[in-house]
Amino acid sequence: MVREEQPNKLRWGELDEDDGEDLDFLLPPKQVIGPDESGIKKVIEYKFTDDGNKVKVTTTTRIRKLANARLSKRAVERRSWPKFGDAVHEDVGSRLTMVSTEEILLERPRAPGTKSEEAKSSGDPLAQMSKGGAVLMVCRTCGKKGDHWTSRCPYKDLAQPSETFVDKPPTETNPSAGGTKGAYVPPSMRGGVPERSGTDMRRRNEENSVRVTNLSEDTREPDLLELFRPFGSVSRVYVAIDQKTGTSRGFGFVNFVNREDAERAINKLNGYGYDNLILRVEWAAPRAN
Amino acid sequence: MRPILMKGHERPLTFLKYNREGDLLFSCAKDHNPTVWFADNGERLGTYGGHNGAVWTCDISRDSTRLITGSADQTAKIWDVQMGTPLFTFNFDSPARSVDFAVGDKLAVLTTDPFMGLPSAIHIKRIARDPEDQSGESILTLKGPQGRINRAVWGPLNRTIISGGEDSVVRMWDAETGKLLKESEKEEGHKKTITSLSKSVDGSHFLTGSLDKSAKLWDTRTLKLIKTYGTERPVNAVAMSPLLDHVVLGGGQDASSVTTTDHRAGKFEAKFYDKILTGEIGGVKGHFGPINALAFNPDGRSFSSGGEDGYVRLHHFDPDYFNIKI
Repeated sequence: MVREEQPNKLRWGELDEDDGEDLDFLLPPKQVIGPDESGIKKVIEYKFTDDGNKVKVTTTTRIRKLANARLSKRAVERRSWPKFGDAVHEDVGSRLTMVSTEEILLERPRAPGTKSEEAKSSGDPLAQMSKGGAVLMVCRTCGKKGDHWTSRCPYKDLAQPSETFVDKPPTETNPSAGGTKGAYVPPSMRGGVPERSGTDMRRRNEENSVRVTNLSEDTREPDLLELFRPFGSVSRVYVAIDQKTGTSRGFGFVNFVNREDAERAINKLNGYGYDNLILRVEWAAPRAN
Repeated sequence: MRPILMKGHERPLTFLKYNREGDLLFSCAKDHNPTVWFADNGERLGTYGGHNGAVWTCDISRDSTRLITGSADQTAKIWDVQMGTPLFTFNFDSPARSVDFAVGDKLAVLTTDPFMGLPSAIHIKRIARDPEDQSGESILTLKGPQGRINRAVWGPLNRTIISGGEDSVVRMWDAETGKLLKESEKEEGHKKTITSLSKSVDGSHFLTGSLDKSAKLWDTRTLKLIKTYGTERPVNAVAMSPLLDHVVLGGGQDASSVTTTDHRAGKFEAKFYDKILTGEIGGVKGHFGPINALAFNPDGRSFSSGGEDGYVRLHHFDPDYFNIKI
C-alpha cells in the first residue's frame, strides 16, 4: 500500500461550520483502475485522517484466479450477500486478509537417522579434534565427520533449509552453536556443553584467523581448504557469498589451530597467484567492537 | 502453496467449520464474535455479535441458513447466517462447550461444562424450523462422566451420541433413552484429555485427538479402535481429508512455554498422516502458537487451521499434494 500525504489544504478550523460531520463530499471520488491483463487492480481512495489531513490511499491488488472451482447455485448467491456485523465498517487499510508472502510447503519428514546424528555433533569441534585425532571435516548439514564437506553433503536436500547461513562475519559464527541447524537450544537449557566465557570464545575465533582477499569468483570453501591445509590443521574455512547473487564476494577467512601454521601460510601465500589472480593473505583484523 | 492469513480475531481461535458446499468458513475464537469468511479468497463476510464470552464451537445447518454457537457466557445461540442476527438463545447454568446439529437439522446436541458444583452434562434440544416456535426445553439431559466434555457428536441415523472429554474415555450414548451404550477400553484408549473429535464424511468412523500426544481412529458403530497416530506434541485439533486417506493433526507445546524456546521447538505444524498406514506424510508450518482448530474443505482441496496466535490460515493445496506417495 502506498500512502502519500498531500499538503493539507483544508483544516478543520478553517471550515465555516465545524459540526464534526462527514466531509467526504470534499474528497475526490474513489477510482478503480483495472484489473488489467496481468490482473493488477488499483483502487485510489481519499480520506481524512483524525487531524484533518487529506490522505490518498492507493491500494494495488493482484486478482488471481484460483482453480476453476465449480460452485453451486446457492454458493454463487451467497457470494453477493451483503456484509454484516463488524465487516460492514471495515477500514480500507485494515488488511484482515492477506496472502502469505512466504511459500509454505508440505514438508516431508526427515530421512531416518539424520536427526540423531545432528544432535551428536553439537559438541565443540576443537575439543573433539584434540581427542580423536585431526578430523576436521565436519558436515554442518548432517553432522558426519571426515566424510564430506557441507557443500557436498548428500543429505543436503533432506535437511531443513538453512535460514541463517548467509554472509555472516566470521567472528559471529560460533562453530559449536551456529553449526548445527534447526535445533536451537537456549543457553540456559543446554546440557553437556561446558560453560565457556564470552572472551574465551572470541579469542579462539579471532586468533589464528587469516583473511584471504582477491579470491576468484569460483573459489569455494573446499578449494580454500585444499590451498591452506598443507600448512597445518585448519579449524574453519569461510568464503563470503553474496546473498543476492549467490556468487563469491572475493574474500574469505581461514582459521588455523596453531599460530605458527598461520604465519607460515601468510608468508607463503601472500602474493601467490591463484586462479589468475594474486592472492592477498594477512592476519584478520580484530573486529572493532 | 501460499496460505491466506485471516486476522479477524483478537484472541486465540477455538474452532473452525466449513458449510456443506465449502464456500463459507466459520471461525470461533475466545473473543466474542464468531466470524464467517469466504473460503476461496478469505474475505470476511460478517461477524455474529451478541455473545459475552469465549465462543467454543459452532455448527452450521446443511442448507447454510442457521448457525449454532456455544459460548462460555453460559448460552448457546442460533443465528441467521445471512443477516448475522441471533434468532434464539439457550440459557444454561454453566458454559456451553460443544454443539452439533443432527442429520436433518431437527435436533442438536449441546454440552455444558462442570461449573460451580454442577456436573458436566449433554443436552439434546429440538430445533424448530421457525425460530418463533423454538423452545429452550431439553428433550433429554445426560449426566455422568467426570470432568469437562470437550466434544459430543451425533452417531449414525441420530441414534447415538458420541462424546469425549477430560476423563479421556470415548462414550457412546443412546440418543433416545440416554443410556450409556459403550465405552472405549481403558488399555487401548487415550491416556489424557480428549481435546477434539471429528467424524468422517460418511460417518462410519471418527478421529479423536488427545493431550497424550496421539490421535486415534474409531469405528462409529462398535467403538472399536482402528488406528493410532503418534506425534511429539499434545494434539489440540484433528481433521480428516474427505478426498484422500489423510488425517491432519494440529497441536503444539503448551502456550505457557512458547516464549522460552525456539519457534521450531514448538512444533506448531499441521501434521499430515496417512490414514491407513499411519505414517507421517509431512507438516505444514506457519503458526507461531499451538494450533487449536483444523478443518478440511468438503472438496478436500483446501484446509484451514486456527491457532493460539489468533490467525486463521487457509491453505489451498498445490497440485502435487494429490500425488504424494508415502
